[in-house]
Amino acid sequence: MVPINYYIILSAILFTLGVTGVLIRRNALIIFMSIELMLNASNLAIVAFSSAIKSFSGQIFVFFVIAVAAAEVAVGLALIVEIFKSKRSIDVDQMSSLKG
Amino acid sequence: MSLDLILFLVLALAAIATALGMLFSRNAVYSALFLVLNFTTVAIFYLLLGAPFIAMSQITVYAGAIMVLFLFVIMLLGADALPRTEVLPWQKPLAIFLAVLLAAEGTFLLLTKARPTGNIVQPEVVVNSMDNLREMGMILFNQYLLPFEVTSILLLVAMVGAIVLTHKEKGGQK
Repeated sequence: MVPINYYIILSAILFTLGVTGVLIRRNALIIFMSIELMLNASNLAIVAFSSAIKSFSGQIFVFFVIAVAAAEVAVGLALIVEIFKSKRSIDVDQMSSLKG
Repeated sequence: MSLDLILFLVLALAAIATALGMLFSRNAVYSALFLVLNFTTVAIFYLLLGAPFIAMSQITVYAGAIMVLFLFVIMLLGADALPRTEVLPWQKPLAIFLAVLLAAEGTFLLLTKARPTGNIVQPEVVVNSMDNLREMGMILFNQYLLPFEVTSILLLVAMVGAIVLTHKEKGGQK
């Protein structure tokens, strides 16, 4: 018997770690990974709630979130590769010009 | 203290430790591997919550496909260890302070305003069987058929987008 609160707190902690990663890291790939961590934390909260009310809709929603995350990663990594090709770096501090 | 509470606490520690490891590894390859470990831990949480299908998709899609893509790009770019460029030296402590504040606020609001109650009981044998999968398939292909099809279009668009973005023009203009 695990209270649902514990899952919610864990999800909040993981989400915050993802936010921290976006804020303190300069490597675009690590920032992207932190975004995945945040998506994952919110998925955990959704599944915990759906399990608490014994409904399947939450799990279906998480399934869609996973599919959308896969699409997002494909496009995002392609963008990062393109940025690396033109700038020779994926440090976000150096991406300061609007025109490539 | 019951057995699944102990299991939960150990897994929660593992999840937080791997997330921290991802944040503070200097090498991007280590970060990616820590993240794989984190995704696997969360998949075990899904099993504990009685969602075996989501747990398996988590492992195949996240820990499998997505992280392999990440590792592939890290090694392709050779960007595993960036030189440290600190433009804003005060930013890091401020970010950590604000993040701790956000965690405290979020937890407080979720527990006092949203007020989730109840316990997650250990899933029975019935939950981790074909019945779960059958039930989910029924809902997915009846109630959520349109979103399912839209997702397939989205994946197709993402695939085409990724190819267009990385495709080199013949004339070498790009």
